[in-house]
Amino acid sequence: MIGTGVLKGMAVTARNFLGSYFEKDRLITVQYPEERETLPENYRNFPFLVYDNDPEAGLRCVACKICEKECPPQCIYIVKSDDKKPDYMGKPQFYPKIFDIDISVCMSCQICVEVCPFEAIKMDKVFELSRRERFDALLLRKDELAKSNTYYHGIHPLEAAEVDANLAAAAAAKKKPAPAPAVPKT
Amino acid sequence: MSATGFHELEGAPPKAMNARIEGDLMEVSMGPQHPSTHGVFRMNVALDGEVVRKLKPVFGYLHRNHEKIGENTSYLGSMPYTDRLDYFCSMTNNWAYALSVEKLAGIEVPERAEYLRVILAELTRLQNHVSLLGFLLSDMGAWGTPLMYAFREREKILDLFESLSGSRMMCDYMRFGGCRVDAGPDWFARAQKIIDAFPRFLDEFEELIVSNEILIARTQNVGKLSAELAINAGITGPMLRASGVNYDLRKVDGYGIYPRFKFRIPLGDHGDCYDRLMLRALEMRESLGILNQAMKEIPAGPIMNPKVKVRAFKPPIGEAYGRIEGPKGELGFYLISDGGASPYRYRVRPPSFINLTVLEDLCLGHTVADVMVILGSVDIVMGEVDR
Repeated sequence: MIGTGVLKGMAVTARNFLGSYFEKDRLITVQYPEERETLPENYRNFPFLVYDNDPEAGLRCVACKICEKECPPQCIYIVKSDDKKPDYMGKPQFYPKIFDIDISVCMSCQICVEVCPFEAIKMDKVFELSRRERFDALLLRKDELAKSNTYYHGIHPLEAAEVDANLAAAAAAKKKPAPAPAVPKT
Repeated sequence: MSATGFHELEGAPPKAMNARIEGDLMEVSMGPQHPSTHGVFRMNVALDGEVVRKLKPVFGYLHRNHEKIGENTSYLGSMPYTDRLDYFCSMTNNWAYALSVEKLAGIEVPERAEYLRVILAELTRLQNHVSLLGFLLSDMGAWGTPLMYAFREREKILDLFESLSGSRMMCDYMRFGGCRVDAGPDWFARAQKIIDAFPRFLDEFEELIVSNEILIARTQNVGKLSAELAINAGITGPMLRASGVNYDLRKVDGYGIYPRFKFRIPLGDHGDCYDRLMLRALEMRESLGILNQAMKEIPAGPIMNPKVKVRAFKPPIGEAYGRIEGPKGELGFYLISDGGASPYRYRVRPPSFINLTVLEDLCLGHTVADVMVILGSVDIVMGEVDR
């Protein structure tokens, strides 16, 4: 009989409408600003720089410019320092005089994190980044990018623990006279 | 080219069934900002009353120089750009590109990574087809409701992608010689739950559409594609199989580990919009079968080939064409290497672009309202058409 197909469809709609009151599967809307979902551990948004104790001296970045070279949309700009400063392990290293990331260009691909041999650049989880200005406000400078290792532990607990273990192992290997292995990559 | 864009077609014999054209044709420009064009796509349509007499697709509004960027960036650097081709199925795009680079450089992929790739590709197929059905019904005037149901299910799969790769749509997950992150047991448990619940949704959705008289009237005998034309035009994917041609790269090529799985290839009979729509529903059921087998059989082990360098990756001189059965059809990447850090030539064979070439043949003789249904059933994503 003509019309039965339409009625069947209506029944489905009714089942979904009524079901949304009882089943969580059928009503999955999150009322965003009031309710928030917890972001998964692997969530990534834009990169930031990890420092260990002091935001200026503790920066793990040694301005090797590998991320600048590998970044597909080329949103990273680094100027290397002229002098060396002791890094978090006490070894004299170069440091970035300027480290800018233009997050209006960044496409959150995580390649900078993968290629960094010093575990210095990691992905942030902040996503509420609307600004009133298009250019300078979205160009993050070194002081805005630098975030502490504690913060990193807060957003990626499993990954950060692994990184810390790797760094400790590398530091222990360096103290011995045996040939030191390179810092393992995650 | 004339201002209307019909220069080439003038004087060409009309192809329509009732070919007599009297008086002037009315030219209508549909798009580029039409809600049903699935992106920025324009069709110059010449109408005789309400019947389409000529149709000229105009694309290129979303051209982003993908291939040239690929030739100027490193092999790894192209991987996140492939996400942006067909932004509905970034996992399969990743796989096709990784496959062609692996062919080029002769890289082996560990067993577990192959299984993960199959699982993610089939999940991608599910979410692509389900959102296509929603969009198609929305194109037909069923505003909102079916699309909402479809997106509800799609969102669950995207949540899985997010917790694995870090991003819902721009996954950037596969690497040459494996995958980037391993999935833990809780991820598999969540995925299994979603896969188990999916047939219920499919049953419901089919009930919503299969016997609906309005849908049948709008789709049956609309936009018929003959098997002959489909083969000659190089159509692939669900569109080709809806015309009754048994050609699925998962069976024909057997790339990855697909020969290990038992699944059937659904085929259409008439090649009209209804067949194209139902074929996708059937394909989702087969995908669920593959998923269940893969989830059961997945072995433990590494997910990356340790020999592959992340930085300064340079494949040997040569050329390779890697292709996979994407949700929309055959997706291929053709690479020529001159031994440098970036490919000498980087070419994408996008399924939805080539499937779009028969749009005029499908639309001639139908009314202007049917054009939207036909376009919807072709399953295009403009990011891939224009690149």
